[in-house]
Amino acid sequence: MTTFKKSLFNRTPKAYVHPYFGGMVLGIILFLALLITGNGLGSSGATSRIVTAATDLVAPEHVDTTPYLLKLAGGDKNPFDDWIVPVFFGALLGGFSSGMIFGRVKLETTKGPNISDRTRWLISFLGGVLFLYGARLARGCTSGQALTGGATLSAGSWVVMFAIFGGAYAMAYFVRKFWN
Amino acid sequence: MQFPLTAFNNVSAANPWTYVIFGLIGFAFGFTLEMSGFGNSRKLAAQFYFTEMTVLKVMFTAIVTAMVLLFGAVSLGILNFNLVWVNETYLASGILGGLIMGVGFIVGGFCPTTSLASASTGKIDGMLFMLGGFVGAFLFGETEKYFDHWYSTAGYFGRVTLDQVFGLPVGVVVLLVVLMALFMFWGSEQLERIVGKRDMSREPKLRLVGAGLLAATALAIVFIGTPTTEEKYDRVSFNRTVEKEQVAFTADEMLSSRQAFVHPGELLKTMADDRLIASIIDVRSEADYNLFHIVNSINLPVADIKSAIPSLLTDQTPNKVYIVVSNDEAAATEAWKILVAESVPNVYILEGGINNWIAVFGNDEDGITPLASAIMDTLQYAFNAALGDRYGCANPSPLLEWEIEFEPKIQLQLKRDKSGGGCG
Repeated sequence: MTTFKKSLFNRTPKAYVHPYFGGMVLGIILFLALLITGNGLGSSGATSRIVTAATDLVAPEHVDTTPYLLKLAGGDKNPFDDWIVPVFFGALLGGFSSGMIFGRVKLETTKGPNISDRTRWLISFLGGVLFLYGARLARGCTSGQALTGGATLSAGSWVVMFAIFGGAYAMAYFVRKFWN
Repeated sequence: MQFPLTAFNNVSAANPWTYVIFGLIGFAFGFTLEMSGFGNSRKLAAQFYFTEMTVLKVMFTAIVTAMVLLFGAVSLGILNFNLVWVNETYLASGILGGLIMGVGFIVGGFCPTTSLASASTGKIDGMLFMLGGFVGAFLFGETEKYFDHWYSTAGYFGRVTLDQVFGLPVGVVVLLVVLMALFMFWGSEQLERIVGKRDMSREPKLRLVGAGLLAATALAIVFIGTPTTEEKYDRVSFNRTVEKEQVAFTADEMLSSRQAFVHPGELLKTMADDRLIASIIDVRSEADYNLFHIVNSINLPVADIKSAIPSLLTDQTPNKVYIVVSNDEAAATEAWKILVAESVPNVYILEGGINNWIAVFGNDEDGITPLASAIMDTLQYAFNAALGDRYGCANPSPLLEWEIEFEPKIQLQLKRDKSGGGCG
């Protein structure tokens, strides 16, 4: 059993696919999603819905009196009743499956060489807070806006995409210690 | 077969298999991100130090591949682009949100979906990013009320695509985006060679074939073009229930069988029904509109209908009914043809137009005198003053609906899922 577990979780990771190949596959998936369902890809909306579902469990009156939450889970609305929720859970499972197949499932921390694990954990958390706050503000993240809106030529999505890259490049110099 | 599939108009627990399809889409999405290396934050962050341009390469290859296939399918008439969700443009919140996301990206090392690929493969930093994400989404929900008005109105342009912004044919924009992406890929490879000190001579030659294919398909889209309103009109079909049976109508059959025409009594009933939103589009000249119009109707002459399509597509409330109105039926029918061809849902024509409306509700009203004119689609009444909707019969009592007999024609047809798409 232990050798089986070892063989499952501590294999030598295989190399990643070529970026153009990965991008092409991703593009075909995005196209199929748009073709069949009329919706693209996304995930940040699901994060919002999961949090709102939890809030609705603890404090339903609060949900019914907060404008943004009202739209997601007001009254008898089920916050999970949206296409993006199965996409979110599918993506978790898909990532895990790819990791299993290519031998990359391993409990570890990916970080720059000059920071400790603890620092990395702290900035991951902070980055997550910021990113999702921004994603809800912009009504979509790199998937829902940049990828999907980019492919459907939405003017607003192209603006959001450049703003994301702009924000990251502008900040990169100040946080270079985190990564280099 | 027409795409997107109508089955996805009703994504709900009643159709569990639609969730299975979305689950599979998500699975493929997560799988691809992980196998491209997006579970590793260092690989993602390297993008912003020009040492490794994987993020840009994957993202833009995905965007141009999907875009070329998408507009290729639109060109061939397989896909109805008006039924595809297009992110609405909110410039102010989009720019601010985008900049915040950028900071979150370089600080946290992930974006939301890549953190899923990372967390699910055991990366602790990915899990913490996900956790932080829940906190961020929670904070947004709690604070949105302080800037709700700004959030929903600042820089709002609705459904607007790049071809509309630049006034170019879609095919040309597709080609320009492909060329821009290819130029960016070339630049990225130069950066990786110079800044990242990587040996680029071993890159697969196949990527040049891919680049050629993308450019060739984009060129084909330029030459084929996208379907005209007339071509779209021929493909429109309506599912209606007639005497308890499902019947499919073409657009011309809707007109010839009078299924598209609503009696003034039915329009009055719809206006009075709180569960329905009656949006009356008056397609006559501004002069006629000023003389007399039905209360709450908007003036949109036939010539301006096409430019209003994007905003009509943006505002898709499932219980909204559009009723087009002209003096008789001719101009309204012309407008109806454009609207249904462009997939605006639930559009009907007022039977007999304004002339018939006045005949039913205001025949003996002071200030309105019948004329003996026989010219098509002109007002058959003279008005003492241009009172617009201040004539009594412009706003008849809803109680009148009980006195009028009519054959109901309005049937709501859903063209999009209630959630409307997007990351909402």
